[in-house]
Amino acid sequence: MESAKYVSQKVSKARWRPVSSSFLQQPEIFATGSWDNEENKISIWSVGNYENSGLEDGFEGDPQLICENKHDGDVLGLQFLDQERIVTASSTGAVTIFRHHHNSQTISVSQQWVKAHHYPCDNAPCTAVVCSSPEIITVGEDGRIIVLRADQDCMAQVIENADSSTIHAVTYLRTTEILTVNSIGQIKLWDLRQQSNSASQILSLSGDRVPLYCIDRHPNQQHIVATGGQDGMLCMWDVRQGSMPSSLMEAHSAEMWEVHFHPTNPDHLFTCSEDGSLLHWETSSHSDMPSFLQGNRNSSVTSRSAMALAGGNQSLISAWLNGDSSKSRLETTHMLPSQTLSVNSLDVLGQCLVCGTDGEAIFINKQVPV
Amino acid sequence: MGFAWGPGDILVYETQNKASGPTGSGCAFIHVVRKDEDIYSPILRKLFNESHHIFVGLQTIKDDLPSKSKKPQFVSISRNYRSVIRACMEELQQAAVSANDTDMATQYGNQVSILLAIELIWNLCEVLFIDAAPAGSLLLHLLDWVRLHKSDVDEKAKGVLQSDSPAEHRDYWDVVLSYVLQGRLEDTRKMLMKQAMLQPAAKSMYKLMDSLLSKMPFYNPGGTQTLTEFDVKWRNWHEEVDRYLKDNSFASNQHLEVICKILLGDEDVLLEHKELLSTWYYFLITRLLYCHPTVKPTELHYYAQSSMMMFLDSGVPEPLDSILLAAFEFDIHQVIKDCSIALNNWWFVAHLTDLLDHCKLLQSHNLHFGSNLREFLLLEYASGLFTHHSLWQCAVDYFDHCPEFGRVYLELQIERVPLDTERKALKVLRICEERQMSEQVRSICKIMAMRAVRNNRLGSALSWSIRAKDAAFATLISERFLQDYCAKGTFSDLDLIDNLGSTMLLSDRLTFLGKYREFHKLYGEKCFSDAAKLLLSLMTAKIAPQSFWMTLLTDALPLLEQKEVIFSAEQTYELMYCLEELTSSLITAASGSGRPMQEEDVEVTKVEMLRLALARNLASAIVKEGTMQT
Repeated sequence: MESAKYVSQKVSKARWRPVSSSFLQQPEIFATGSWDNEENKISIWSVGNYENSGLEDGFEGDPQLICENKHDGDVLGLQFLDQERIVTASSTGAVTIFRHHHNSQTISVSQQWVKAHHYPCDNAPCTAVVCSSPEIITVGEDGRIIVLRADQDCMAQVIENADSSTIHAVTYLRTTEILTVNSIGQIKLWDLRQQSNSASQILSLSGDRVPLYCIDRHPNQQHIVATGGQDGMLCMWDVRQGSMPSSLMEAHSAEMWEVHFHPTNPDHLFTCSEDGSLLHWETSSHSDMPSFLQGNRNSSVTSRSAMALAGGNQSLISAWLNGDSSKSRLETTHMLPSQTLSVNSLDVLGQCLVCGTDGEAIFINKQVPV
Repeated sequence: MGFAWGPGDILVYETQNKASGPTGSGCAFIHVVRKDEDIYSPILRKLFNESHHIFVGLQTIKDDLPSKSKKPQFVSISRNYRSVIRACMEELQQAAVSANDTDMATQYGNQVSILLAIELIWNLCEVLFIDAAPAGSLLLHLLDWVRLHKSDVDEKAKGVLQSDSPAEHRDYWDVVLSYVLQGRLEDTRKMLMKQAMLQPAAKSMYKLMDSLLSKMPFYNPGGTQTLTEFDVKWRNWHEEVDRYLKDNSFASNQHLEVICKILLGDEDVLLEHKELLSTWYYFLITRLLYCHPTVKPTELHYYAQSSMMMFLDSGVPEPLDSILLAAFEFDIHQVIKDCSIALNNWWFVAHLTDLLDHCKLLQSHNLHFGSNLREFLLLEYASGLFTHHSLWQCAVDYFDHCPEFGRVYLELQIERVPLDTERKALKVLRICEERQMSEQVRSICKIMAMRAVRNNRLGSALSWSIRAKDAAFATLISERFLQDYCAKGTFSDLDLIDNLGSTMLLSDRLTFLGKYREFHKLYGEKCFSDAAKLLLSLMTAKIAPQSFWMTLLTDALPLLEQKEVIFSAEQTYELMYCLEELTSSLITAASGSGRPMQEEDVEVTKVEMLRLALARNLASAIVKEGTMQT
């Protein structure tokens, strides 16, 4: 059951605090960042049921604000570095680490790189941040990729002019490789060990160069990557094979802002968009036999996918790469009760989903069917 | 002092002209005077967002059903609005209590009282206009209305009941009387029982009162009883109570006598308990309950006016009073007008008028501005919202639902939203594109593209001009690339140029850029004949601008100098033709302007080298083509 909490600020990012998997806990704390306010804030909320767990089925407690702090500029990127620290990307070009003090329940600035992203004579917004403690990678409108280390003030690595257009999102492919997407519809693979200024690989969709705004990698099968862009299409890519997407699926009627694979149950995917909808995608292969046993070499997947099976090397094709074909079932459900203003951000962990909208509301669903 | 009007504010500054007094140093500040503080209050912001959600939902109710069947929907929407107001009020109340700063506390307190008044008016409008109950149920709805807004009775009652001996509590009789005044006879009976137990001597009197109270008829709208039947029953009961009063059955107990007189609707007695009633509309309802329970909507205004006269000592009513009076008189326009004047924010009147308009209760009379009242109010409200740095997104939906002028207002306002980041620009663009506002799309893309060019982000600039389908700007960007190439000898941003794809077709210059880069790639891969063909086609198909032909021809030199013959005789002739064209135009240009000698020398040398190379190539080509391969 969704409950909307109105928070008097447009929410640009929402992220669950990671829970240690050994406890199999549901996440209780999440952070949000605001945008387009005269004074923007980063806030931490709690959604645990403290009083009694004997609540009716589906009743959700309102999220309670634990603490918040002023944030200079719009929060364009937000990630938990670890249980206490949060990294944010700001529209002023700054990258900031905030520390959440559990004892006093306050939040304060722990470290900041003020003009990480900049133009020669102006600020450039930092558009996304991704981290794998203690490494932090940020990208911005100035086309730079910056590698930072928490607790070290200097920048570990800077790739200048990595892109001639704005880089909108970044994600880890492997521990030393990252993928970025930009305004001209390209996915670029960067190997951070080679200190080079050019990408190792460039993938793009031929035809219209639709800007891409989000990217996420499959948690288990590392060659599968999902992107979303201006036209609201969900694209699935196989990074190993070729430079074209494997499948394209019509998802939304406006820009797709975020795409997330479920971290522990990757048959589920979530996307949110400017058109005010949040979709839950569920895939499963129909065939009882894995496809490599079916023996039909000329089984081509339907027109949308462009996967060609290599010679005798038929491996089990992920259902995602087949997209909307007859081989796999793809179900989509709307998660929000009614049309709202743009859903800017979502995060899913365990059975809990949180999202923030431009209608200044946060929606929480603690019983996502995964 | 000077000032300038803004969309929602005034800019005030100190001028040099002082009327009198010594001219000291002026104040260097500019002040912004804001008319509407409310939209900047974080708690009230929730009101604006939630009501926006309800508003959009209301607009999407289909029009094909007749108004009658939509009434319950409208009532529930009205209740939604009111619950939003209440939620906001509660939060403000909590904030007022917990505020450290007395100024803030008073401000919150003020906002709470304004919201209280708003909810009161809205509720009354819902009862009278939207629900439009007929005689009989009308009174019941009005009773509910009063009970909802007079909750201090319950607090007092709680205090009394929690005491050791409720019947001896000093507030006891106040509570009993308040219950009677509100028509809550069950509660009255329960309370009186406690008193009855204390006074066994007067048992029969209390029993009598109890039976009178239990017998009072209340109209049941869902029942089978008609209004006339109810009226007859009620009159009988009234006469019975009158008889007992005249019999002096309650003469020994002053309190019970007062109750009896109230039950008979004795106006003087009612007026004696002004503090309990506290407002004239409460007095009105009580009066109606005990004198004319079958009051018709059309008769309300007479009673309302007289109640107000009787209740208020001073003749001057407050704004709230006159608004409520106008409502009882069913003068919707007066209500709206008075509310607009009294409140500093268009929120209330805009939403209420919109709802009433959907219920088809507003006669459409055109205002001087050409649009109707609903549209005017919505436009004013939305324009006010648009000045807010954040709430402008909500305002867009309001403009959408103003059929006559909404689009024009939106077109003017949306261009003035400040665009700090690309993400915001993308959202604004999406709004414009969905509404086919191509002018605005072009201008926004141009702003973003110019900014990108200034920061040397040519890829971003190109992607903006692609979105706007702006061929002129794409040409500009290509020129920049070409200039860079001429200056440095290499292309910058290869990732962009190599992957142009179909966007190349947006502008001629862009196509040229793409093809030129292709030529370089072919050359690099040593596909010389393809490269040669491409190079030639660039000139002959006139894709290349003439200013670049010299560079192209110079690029052709290494191809001409190759051992192998690459250009065929035909191609060589064409190249020569191009060269001639170029030199003739150069001569005409040179004759006009006075160019420095050095430059001319270089040019002349280049041309000569080209001519030599072309001639040699031609010779080899003719020989090669003339030779028979054995």
